[in-house]
Amino acid sequence: MRQLLEGMSAKVSRLLMLLIMLFVGVATYQPLHASTDYEDVIEAEESLVDTALPADQTEEFSNALAQLASASFSKKEDLTSELVAKRFPGSRGVLVALLENQLYADKSSGKVLILSEQDGEKTYHDAISGELIADGGSDKKRITTNNSLRKKLRGDIAIFDLHSEDRNVRLGAVQQLRDVVDQSVATMLMKQQSIEKDDDVIEEIRVTLAIFDLGSEDSEARLAAVEALDGELGNDVFNQISALLHSEEDKEVIKAAQATIKRIEGKRDFYSLLETAFFGLSFGSVLVLAAIGLAITFGVMGVINMAHGELIMLGAYTTFVMQQLLPDHIGLSIILSIPAAFLVSGLVGIGIERGVVRFLYGRPLETLLATFGVSLILQQLVRTIFSPLNRSVQTPEMMSGLLRFNEVFAVTYNRLYILIFTFIVFAGLWLILNKTSLGLKVRAVSQNRQMARAMGVRTARVDALTFGLGSGVAGIAGVALSQLTNVGPNLGQAYIIDSFMVVVFGGVGNLWGTLVGGMTLGVATKFLEPHVGAVVAKIIMLVFIILFIQRRKQGLFPQKGRAASGA
Amino acid sequence: MSMLKPLRDFTERDRVFDMVNPALRSPKLDVSHGTVLYLEDISVSFDGFRALNDLTLYIQAGELRCIIGPNGAGKTTMMDVITGKTRPDTGSAFFGQTIDLLRLSEPDIAQAGIGRKFQSPTVFEQHTVFENLELSMAGPRGVWAMLYARLNAEQREKIDSVLELTGLQDLRFALAGSLSHGQKQWLEIGMLLMQEPALLLVDEPVAGMTPQETERTAELLVSLAGERSVVVVEHDMEFVRSIARTVTVLHEGSVLAEGSMDQVQSNPKVVEVYLGEQV
Amino acid sequence: MTLQDHSAISRVMRSDRGIKWFVGLLLAAAVLLPLGHLLFPPESSLHVSTYTLGLVGKYMTYALLAVSIDLIWGYCGILSLGHTAFFALGGYAMGMYLMRQIGTRGVYGDPLLPDFMVFLNWDSLPWYWHGFDMFWFAAVMVVLAPGLLALVFGWFAFQSRVVGVYFSIITQALTFALLLAFFRNEMGFGGNNGLTDFKELLGFDLQASSTRVGLYVTSALALLAGVLVCRWIVASRFGRIIAAIRDSESRTRFIGYRVEHYKLWLFCFSAMLAGIAGALYVPQVGIINPGEFAPINSIEAVVWVAVGGRGTLYGAVVGAILVNYAKSYFTMAWPEAWLYALGVLFVLVTLFLPKGVLGLLQRFKRAES
Repeated sequence: MRQLLEGMSAKVSRLLMLLIMLFVGVATYQPLHASTDYEDVIEAEESLVDTALPADQTEEFSNALAQLASASFSKKEDLTSELVAKRFPGSRGVLVALLENQLYADKSSGKVLILSEQDGEKTYHDAISGELIADGGSDKKRITTNNSLRKKLRGDIAIFDLHSEDRNVRLGAVQQLRDVVDQSVATMLMKQQSIEKDDDVIEEIRVTLAIFDLGSEDSEARLAAVEALDGELGNDVFNQISALLHSEEDKEVIKAAQATIKRIEGKRDFYSLLETAFFGLSFGSVLVLAAIGLAITFGVMGVINMAHGELIMLGAYTTFVMQQLLPDHIGLSIILSIPAAFLVSGLVGIGIERGVVRFLYGRPLETLLATFGVSLILQQLVRTIFSPLNRSVQTPEMMSGLLRFNEVFAVTYNRLYILIFTFIVFAGLWLILNKTSLGLKVRAVSQNRQMARAMGVRTARVDALTFGLGSGVAGIAGVALSQLTNVGPNLGQAYIIDSFMVVVFGGVGNLWGTLVGGMTLGVATKFLEPHVGAVVAKIIMLVFIILFIQRRKQGLFPQKGRAASGA
Repeated sequence: MSMLKPLRDFTERDRVFDMVNPALRSPKLDVSHGTVLYLEDISVSFDGFRALNDLTLYIQAGELRCIIGPNGAGKTTMMDVITGKTRPDTGSAFFGQTIDLLRLSEPDIAQAGIGRKFQSPTVFEQHTVFENLELSMAGPRGVWAMLYARLNAEQREKIDSVLELTGLQDLRFALAGSLSHGQKQWLEIGMLLMQEPALLLVDEPVAGMTPQETERTAELLVSLAGERSVVVVEHDMEFVRSIARTVTVLHEGSVLAEGSMDQVQSNPKVVEVYLGEQV
Repeated sequence: MTLQDHSAISRVMRSDRGIKWFVGLLLAAAVLLPLGHLLFPPESSLHVSTYTLGLVGKYMTYALLAVSIDLIWGYCGILSLGHTAFFALGGYAMGMYLMRQIGTRGVYGDPLLPDFMVFLNWDSLPWYWHGFDMFWFAAVMVVLAPGLLALVFGWFAFQSRVVGVYFSIITQALTFALLLAFFRNEMGFGGNNGLTDFKELLGFDLQASSTRVGLYVTSALALLAGVLVCRWIVASRFGRIIAAIRDSESRTRFIGYRVEHYKLWLFCFSAMLAGIAGALYVPQVGIINPGEFAPINSIEAVVWVAVGGRGTLYGAVVGAILVNYAKSYFTMAWPEAWLYALGVLFVLVTLFLPKGVLGLLQRFKRAES
């Protein structure tokens, strides 16, 4: 056993390292998010509060604030408008705090306070002077808001942000202002447009102004606005133009608006097609990951391993255990899980091969039954050790969130990474099978066992290693799956039939077949789903494969030559 | 390709349409022209490798023909084509005047009267010798008929006579799997006899047999010829010489030479590709 | 071994000695258990409760399913990992009849529509539910539905010569597809919950102990008939041909047998047998739901056959009863351990008992003599 281990680690470890490095590279790449987080802005603003104000302004400011504490919601809207119009240096901080439910009024002292929370510790500052008030006074009460006020507040804050140094803040501000745009805002935007340097912000302002112009009295202006909005994908643009079509009377504008809507719809359809294709590829990558280990044990060795799904499950549980061990380093634990899962599942696989499968070579049906027994034992083992309930595996920050290409097309990072990861695993396996001596021996044994033995290949060892490799890859698949689904004792069962279907569909003994087969099935399923629903799509795919196998027993990529027909 | 087949039938005006050809529906062997097997321009390729290359071969009714050739000459592939296991890419294969072998499945061809003995003996190992012969017996092959099928006295006699002929009468209730290699060869020949075929294809019948057994096999095959047609593929030159009247040499998928053993052996081409290696 | 002895019964009886024992035991079980139930008062230690009767009756239907699997696997080498699909189809056909018998006694009291359809706001009976109010129609469907599915599926599979493991895997996919389909409410078979709350069968109250006795005896007799018919089949020349196909399919073809026809016939017959087993199962357990289609059930049924010893028919019966008795015992006494036990059983039987329990007994016998 030790020899086996060493043999395997020597040959596989170099590739594994490559895999890990690539994965780390991908995982740590952090694209720029368009940050509109108020938190950042608050911190920036807090330092500004300290600057001293002229006395008359301070009084005006504190008057307005004092009224804010007890005003009705509509009065609050007027007061916030005043804060904006007068542009007190502390205005923005107050507006943000109000929006974030962090503005308090202390009745006893008459002061208005801003709450800030750090590491669970609450501190209060005077909204005007910025001085620290330790407990925030005894009689403080939160100043409340409602939906309409909050909407207005966002616009108000955006007006301040429009002049921010940070282009991302400015971009966010324009987007906020789109909902509340009126003549005064439009004037402000036009002013900003003339001095703005950043192209994205200019574009955003252009669209916002065009939306504003849709409501213009002048039909020429409306026409120009409709034309200006041609090709914009956002929901707001679409809704505004659709609304315009209902109220519009000018024929020219109607015609232009209809054409624009049509073009927007065309573009949206294209992107939704792209999105479906991505979902399909993503689902396909899951299928390929689940099936690729099987492509080795079943495809190359001809062994039916019904416990394959449970080896995937073990990989997922390995991820769970790694996270329990490293609770503060979720990202690192995922990366470490990859080799760990490979080892765990690989060793269990070798155990299955040495303990059960090797006695049954040449008896595929018995192998199927025996390994099914193993799968039951593994499932129950997991139930005993971890409980029958699902365990949740956390997603590291680098893998959560969306990669947004435009307003209607975005992909989730975890799916994207898993797609890339699938290709890496595939490439790695391909290299192992085609460029290493282990791969050479595996292929030799699978083609002619007797001859390989005569040439001095230790076939028993190669069998064990091949089985271990296939099983280890199943473990790696488990790591990836833990990021998409619940980790539970039934995880493996959900994938075993799909995996067999992919391998058989792609052509047994052919890695490329598995890749193409899995991706094809994935994409086809996702394109069917919107029309017939998920369950029926699945049934259709199963029936399709059943019929396909019966037409072409050898799958998409049959093994060629005289030998294959005899096998 | 297969979809084009009906279309091609309409364009080949020298042939009778399938639908009006009664022979296809109930094949009856017709050897009125004296030829039992016609193979014409048969080509088979496996993934670029040409196993048969425009092979043309005729077997006369009642003839005993030996086919020799180096490994890879296409002997086994030829038998596969005749028995329906492999479909040729081009060419035609007729059994008698009327039976188009390329349109029939393996069981149909067997029932039409072509029996085959394989290179390595394949018998039903879990069945007794008697049962092996019973299953091979000529007669109906339908599912329902077999549920109610019973042996009559005549059929038992037939099996007994074949048991005697093959020297297996004492082993009639032995499992075929427990027989020696030579006995399995005999059993397979016996199964072939039970089928009462008009054409026997025999692939290496004497491999693994003792000299005495080989001699008996030679006698048996010679005695069968005349009543039936026999095609023997064999590597054992002595054996071929002892039974053959006509020998065909295959090389690289087509006929290299044909004639008596002496003629063939003196053919310089044959000497070069085949016998040259042997001598 | 005389030539004049031609009757079908003699053919079956002659085929081996064990069959007499088997027939005797099964008849005894069919008679004695109900007697124990009817003659002895509940306090008596000889009393057989309705629960026990129901349990043994259930085992009998499982045994019939196992026999149907053994017929194709043990004798023809066709390993179907989707045979409970046929079992479940037979069960659903029976369940639909029982459902229609509920009539106005349902929760919603609709004279025509079963409760779940009322619940789904359906206003008329789907076309495929018509006729199931008649027992003879349901009885025909019990064999016809599985038979037709087997015919279509088998025709495709055998015609294109899908064999061995490939066949096993696509049968598993078949039953998985059916599982998903029957889970859907739109299919009109009660979705997730399946068909249940049955009231009566042919006018007999399903709760009445006399009905339970009747069902038990019917199951035992059906099992007996099933085994005898299968024995008759495998003892015929047809039986020797399918065994020949198992051992060398291409050889069988070359001596003139249309292998596909034989396999298809056998597969359809086996499916119908499984359908009958399912139909007897449903009234005894009182429910049929899509869970019966789960691939694991099929594989478990294959293990019953392996445990008993395949290729013997009564091995399948012995295996089904042994394993299910163990299952009943474990799930009551020690539920967590059952899957371990089953898993270990799979491995041990395939590794050490290729001929099952019966093979082991034979080996002991030989060792003694």
